[in-house]
Amino acid sequence: MSESTQRREAVRTDRRTRYERMVEIRTLENRVQALFGEGVVHGTTHLCLGQEAVAVGIAAAARPTDHVTCTYRGHGVALALGLSPTDVIGEIMGREIGSVGGVGGSMHLCDMEVGLLPTFAIVGAGIPVAAGAALTAQVRGTDDAAIAVFGDGSTNIGAFHEGLNLAAIWNLPVVFVCENNQYGEYSRIDLTTPVTDIADRAASYAIPGIIVDGQDVDAVAEATAGALDRARAGEGPTLLEMKTYRYAGHSRSDTAPYRPEGEFDEWFEKDPIAGFRARLVTEGLMSEADAEEIDAAIAAQIEQVVETVKAAPSAGVAAMFANIVAD
Amino acid sequence: MPKLRMNQAISLAIAEEMRADPDVVVFGEDVAVAEGPFKTSDGLLDEFGPLRVRDTPISEMGFLGAAVGAAATGLRPVVEIMFVEFLGVALDQVTTEGAKFLYLSKGEVSVPLTVRASVGAGLGFGTQHSQTLEGWLLGSPGLKLAMASGPQSAYGLMRAAIRDDNPTVILEPRRLYAQRGDVETGEDAIPVLGTARQVMDGDDVTIVALGSMVDFAVEAATAASWSAEVIDLQCLQPWDSAAVLESVARTGRLVTVEENPLLGGWGADVVSAVVAELFGEMSAPPLRITAPDVPVPYGKELEERYMPMPGYIGAQVGEFLETGRIPAPWWKAEGMVK
Ligand SMILES: Cc1ncc(C[n+]2csc(CCOP(=O)(O)OP(=O)(O)O)c2C)c(N)n1
Repeated sequence: MSESTQRREAVRTDRRTRYERMVEIRTLENRVQALFGEGVVHGTTHLCLGQEAVAVGIAAAARPTDHVTCTYRGHGVALALGLSPTDVIGEIMGREIGSVGGVGGSMHLCDMEVGLLPTFAIVGAGIPVAAGAALTAQVRGTDDAAIAVFGDGSTNIGAFHEGLNLAAIWNLPVVFVCENNQYGEYSRIDLTTPVTDIADRAASYAIPGIIVDGQDVDAVAEATAGALDRARAGEGPTLLEMKTYRYAGHSRSDTAPYRPEGEFDEWFEKDPIAGFRARLVTEGLMSEADAEEIDAAIAAQIEQVVETVKAAPSAGVAAMFANIVAD
Repeated sequence: MPKLRMNQAISLAIAEEMRADPDVVVFGEDVAVAEGPFKTSDGLLDEFGPLRVRDTPISEMGFLGAAVGAAATGLRPVVEIMFVEFLGVALDQVTTEGAKFLYLSKGEVSVPLTVRASVGAGLGFGTQHSQTLEGWLLGSPGLKLAMASGPQSAYGLMRAAIRDDNPTVILEPRRLYAQRGDVETGEDAIPVLGTARQVMDGDDVTIVALGSMVDFAVEAATAASWSAEVIDLQCLQPWDSAAVLESVARTGRLVTVEENPLLGGWGADVVSAVVAELFGEMSAPPLRITAPDVPVPYGKELEERYMPMPGYIGAQVGEFLETGRIPAPWWKAEGMVK
């Protein structure tokens, strides 16, 4: 079994692994932010700090044979699905060992072994593509499904409406997961979107629209599993709206000055990692001391990965000319 | 003459047109309150208010279509597409709807729309945020198409586009937004769309460049032992064939420098027109310097290989002048492509 498949299986079967994976996402992203700050990486990056439960909850529910499309804010989903920190940091640093060999960067991660199609830097583009992956399952008669992960802002673009409509009339096995993190770039959702709940938009396509607490990894996993069951049973698509929040600005250069005073603190009260940690301790699956140990081990591991990646070769010129057309 | 960054020159040009004409309106994603993702609409909301300066949802087809409709009925919208790739979801509204209204209304409905889009590689934004994509728009009769090459041309082209009665797309190399330079403002600084700008005199060769390649060509020529006349084409639709022909008739040699793949690049049109006219008078075949036919790669070194950098331009032109023949592009010379 490959490393990514093993990582994926662990997240599907083990609750402690879900905690570890959320901590890994947060630790990696904080480190990535620092790497950009140090000037050792060029370009930009979009962090999903605060949204870790959505990524891990989806990965807990889906099978590796399901196909997932995701946005440029995809470090979390990629790690949750099984990509290793080396795959992700390697790609961000443009190294051969990155998940697409260093030609993609932060916005473009991929690993078909765990079902992650190349992530999308064009808003909404992955939504109809996921419907297409679901079509493959339907035509071939497998019981696989597809999942599209996208932001609230993406639901104002044509691809969202066309993708949901098509999936609905063709009864495709696809789950549409909207990460409603309250903002699209620098604009708060209410300034760009007439509905408060994205889930309401499902009504136009006569499919279920369900609001989920995106800060609760168990709630995300349960809702996703339910929608996947529906899809696999031939009952068609579902729109899940994960209420969540991004802690960082939109991208590297954004310090989020547009956020109202106190909003961050309010959401931080509902931090997905702290919440899940407390729950696991209550359930007796983990002690506070275990959690400290896990956090420290992950921090050390990410440092190790950064060192490995820094020492790894950059993508060579030949990579520019590879994989442009299929032979 | 004020010293301005290119993004400031753009804000200023739009503000001046808005002051002169109450029908000029501005919209796009985060252009109002945040003053533009690249700070190209600095101060506009403050001065002109929310009726004329608006943020839009992420819905390029919706707001470009609305811009076409508004332009067809009396306004002069200036619309921002943050990265030119996002025009893909709205191309129909520009090329097939807006650009054909005049034709389909027997000359009655003009569409004085300005679409601005940032383009180009060099900042590490990866494959889906680094293309120039002028080819998407070229060959769409009814549309005008220009590309800025720095603060001065951005200022002038912007004012010309807003005043023009046709749908006009201005491409802005985002590498250059932070570039500062003296900017001549006012009426005299507004070019006629379709005229090129001679940026360097010389005798041995005519170098025709566009956008961010203009500075690179000048840098290459400045460091070289040969002398080049460098022309900033500024506009692709229409393009200034007279200026190019006149120059090549004098130098006898033509080089185009393009920040786009070889196949389908605008240089092919320039070469074809020049050869058709001056075949017998040229002392060498025309040379096109372009990027290879690959997606824009992410890693820093690779991205720099992708773009025709000044050193490469200089070496190509040098060999061309020495041998009178077309040098192989680096990807052939290095055996990357047969
Ligand atoms: C078609 C298109 N338009 C604009 C953009 C620029 N852009 C990138 S991310 C973004 C905001 C997206 O917001 P949302 O869908 O809510 O996702 P989030 O970033 O909050 O995860 C915008 C406008 C883009 N990438 N593609």
